Amino acid sequence: MIVLLFYIGLFGGAFFIVYTLRRGLHARKDFTSLKTVTFGDESAVRADRAASIISVLVIFVIWAAFTGSKLFPIHVPGPFVGDTQFTYTLENADGSTDEATVFVRVPAFGEEAEKFEVEPGSGFAKDDAFAAPAGRSSTILFDKNDEAKRKDGAKIIAINGMPIGPDIKVDTGDGAVRLTGKGAISFTPKQGLQMNPIWLPAPETVVARFFEIASEGYQNFSLWEHLGWSLLRVVAGFVAGALVGIPLGYAMGLSGWFRGWFDPIVEFMRPVPPLALIPLVIIWFGIWETGKIVLLFLAALWIMTIAARAGVSGVNISKIHAAYSLGASKWQIMRYVIMPNSLPEIFTGARVAMGVCWGTVVAAELVAAQKGAGMMIIAASKFQLTDIVIMGIVMIGIIGYGIDILMRKAESWLVPWKGQS
Amino acid sequence: MPELDIVDLSMRFDLPNGSSVQALQDVSLNLKEGELMSVLGPSGCGKTTLLNIVAGFLAPTSGKIELNGHLVKGPDAERGMVFQKGALFEWMNVRENVDFGPRMKGMPKAERDQISGHLLDVVGLQDFKDKAVYELSGGMQQRVALARCLANEPDVILMDEPLGALDALTREKMQGLVLKLWKETGKTIILITHSVEEALLLGERLIVMAPRPGRIHREYNLPFAERGVNADLRDVKKSEGFAEMRDEILSMIWEMEEEIMGRTEQAG
Repeated sequence: MIVLLFYIGLFGGAFFIVYTLRRGLHARKDFTSLKTVTFGDESAVRADRAASIISVLVIFVIWAAFTGSKLFPIHVPGPFVGDTQFTYTLENADGSTDEATVFVRVPAFGEEAEKFEVEPGSGFAKDDAFAAPAGRSSTILFDKNDEAKRKDGAKIIAINGMPIGPDIKVDTGDGAVRLTGKGAISFTPKQGLQMNPIWLPAPETVVARFFEIASEGYQNFSLWEHLGWSLLRVVAGFVAGALVGIPLGYAMGLSGWFRGWFDPIVEFMRPVPPLALIPLVIIWFGIWETGKIVLLFLAALWIMTIAARAGVSGVNISKIHAAYSLGASKWQIMRYVIMPNSLPEIFTGARVAMGVCWGTVVAAELVAAQKGAGMMIIAASKFQLTDIVIMGIVMIGIIGYGIDILMRKAESWLVPWKGQS
Repeated sequence: MPELDIVDLSMRFDLPNGSSVQALQDVSLNLKEGELMSVLGPSGCGKTTLLNIVAGFLAPTSGKIELNGHLVKGPDAERGMVFQKGALFEWMNVRENVDFGPRMKGMPKAERDQISGHLLDVVGLQDFKDKAVYELSGGMQQRVALARCLANEPDVILMDEPLGALDALTREKMQGLVLKLWKETGKTIILITHSVEEALLLGERLIVMAPRPGRIHREYNLPFAERGVNADLRDVKKSEGFAEMRDEILSMIWEMEEEIMGRTEQAG
């Protein structure tokens, strides 16, 4: 919630700062600046590059600020770390009171709380030493070394001189003290606003983990093997899907029998999310490579079929007529008119199919795999290695984005006439 | 001696709702080699249907078409077609579009290059031969379409409003080009158009068709195409008889349109 408020604040702040700076520096001099109507004119709206850059920076700033990153100087208040102490006043069954001090040592997140000793001091209440984990409450059995025990009727009546009861909380400055139901002390060091690294590790931790895994591997396979296997499965499934789907789509576009036969199957299978097929595919083909490739094949198949069918149906009848009256045979029309004409649609389908396949492979690896990007993050999550999980997600995102960029490049190279006619 | 014989052609379309449309009724025509005929008529008079039947894309309900004594049964390279737009192959460059027909016949590359080189010269696109067709203007694209059709050496060229999508200036230039190609190649040409002026300029013979049922209403033999071969088309339009002819045909088509409107109003 606080993170969201920060984000909105930074969004608005950056907007005002950039716009004030710009107004002072230079006015726009392109054609759009001469337009009097820009609200609602879609062509007048361009993605502001400054906003894009700041947007990415803000994500890292918030990430760094809320995780206490060493790379970034400004942090939100962190949890209390170090030594602190408070006194408690113990009242014995006979009404006499004595004070003792509890020394608390709170280590940083992720470090082990080490036990230490203090001199017990005098009186029937003895001083205690306690090592508390950061950011969460722990129970201090103060009377282990006291001469008056709780079972003998001794009870705490004040902390640092301030009265305390079952419903009264006392703030010691570095943490909060409550009494448990049985009268023991419950101490919570100040939590601050920073994230526990188990929830969200600092950026440098993730980067360090990336280099560690890139050089040492994770769970018997190197990082590149994990990612490479995921990619390999996607490519295998996609190629198989395209090899079957494109001819099937052509046949559906060219023959009434094929269209009639496969229409119900395609239209039924198309809206079924590939993830819903995972259980069945595992039952039929097992959890190993065959199962995954069959799943990806099914994910790509319907998309490619529909794309190829649309490509054939979309051919302008004038082109077909022209080719016939230029003396082309049916096969030549297929080869020189229908196939090239359907390429733009097939490429659009291929882009969608690659995206779906990439998403499906990660999900399939979450379910069962020995290697792969999805397996890496699910295995890491079981050991609460959040840095690996985040690193894996980032790598999955980068690869998915990379695939789409490559497909777009291939598209503009292979079908430059797309959208022209 | 290529000769196109259209004999008692009728075409009836049966609509899904049970009614039917008589697109053509008893249309008979005879074209000699090298004749340039334009076909004019209000929309719905069946002129495109007629052209599609001659091209072989449609089979007539009754009647027949003979070219050089043999029956027309389907599309063939002997009858080339130029479309209004959208019939060029965007995945081929200008030259590949032009030599598509010869290439499909398996003609060797050297010969094909000679043909396409010559035709690109004729239509004035030599400098654009390696360009993609979608980079060309509409007028240039229609020049490519004309060259592509001619490269195949058809006996008859069928033009379905080939200049209909062009702006007025380009259109005038292209009309000159069509006349020039007609004279140079001596091809038999049937040209369908919406424009009365174009029909007069580009028709040794002019057929005016009437709708519902589609039929030949009037036929003219005109001197303007012959005049236009060696003269500026704007001068032809000012020449003797052109304005009167245009007015006569315009009022004829107006009357047909009004009749159609009247009939629909009565029916309504």
